[in-house]
Amino acid sequence: MNRRFRLLLFFASALGVGAIYCAGAGNMPPWGVYRGPYGDVIVGLAVFERHATDTVNAITYDYRGFDTLGEEFILFSAVTGVMLLLRPQKGGKKEKEESQENPASFRDSAALSEAVQVFTTALFGFSVLFGIYIATHGQLTPGGGFQGGVIIAAAPMLLYIAENTEAFTRIVSHPIVEFFEGFGAALYAIVGFVALLIGAPFLTNVIPLGKTGDVFSSGTIAVISTCVGVEVTAAFILVTYEYLREILEREKKEEG
Amino acid sequence: MMILGIGLLALIAVSAFAIVRTDDVTNQVIALSFYGLLFALMFFVFQSPDVALSQVTVGAIALPLMVMLAITRMKHREELKRHKEEKGK
Repeated sequence: MNRRFRLLLFFASALGVGAIYCAGAGNMPPWGVYRGPYGDVIVGLAVFERHATDTVNAITYDYRGFDTLGEEFILFSAVTGVMLLLRPQKGGKKEKEESQENPASFRDSAALSEAVQVFTTALFGFSVLFGIYIATHGQLTPGGGFQGGVIIAAAPMLLYIAENTEAFTRIVSHPIVEFFEGFGAALYAIVGFVALLIGAPFLTNVIPLGKTGDVFSSGTIAVISTCVGVEVTAAFILVTYEYLREILEREKKEEG
Repeated sequence: MMILGIGLLALIAVSAFAIVRTDDVTNQVIALSFYGLLFALMFFVFQSPDVALSQVTVGAIALPLMVMLAITRMKHREELKRHKEEKGK
């Protein structure tokens, strides 16, 4: 396959894709026009039926809550898979002890200026607080559990960028993170089963709805949003920590 | 609003091209982070603040960090290899 043939192949396929793209783009609805009926119906119903001002979360955590449960467990099983694949190999523990005796075996310091370090460390508390706010106010304002969880999980990553791996590991290596990952996912399912105990279908909004606009309103939507927040925080922290630990341990092994 | 949307989409296309054309891998990660930020802005302009919120953290922090970790590991490996080869000589 010489260069000329490849170019020819590229232009032929680009022309084909371009033609299909133009045909598709010509058939699109005009800018900013919504055609489907469901969105308009649910925007009118969500505040009345569920006392939730953020319709998006009323849909994800209530109207199609079962789908979100599935998505939650997709994340859960993905993280479990990563942890399973990157688990310490046999004899890894012994090596860890050895390298702890000789901490000079790998370099670990931030190459950033002090201004960046101060700024990032100051942002740590802010991003945790902001994440908690986003996760617990999912039923009122844009955001919700997933977004809040990712924001909280980004806080230790900021610290990792600003400080060093040791500061990061000290925060995220705690075994309770693993517990919270399972706990958050399980609590979502438990909220669904509570409805079954009462005699309603799975994941029915059985908790009193409260006053529209309050933090403790909209029944299960707020509860589920918080559960998802816990799960996502733990999941993201676990994944980054597992990757980092794998890298550090292999480096030590190769250097030793 | 329409002009802002079109401008943002064009900017995203340009920055995607810029990522591909960046030579150094570390610079590429920074460009990727910027690209993620632009994407978040785009979601916001197109009236989905929910998606924008998750995109801003995943696209601008989490994804570049993952890539950065992988790159660090690869670079370190190359350094070790070179070091061993020099030792062998």
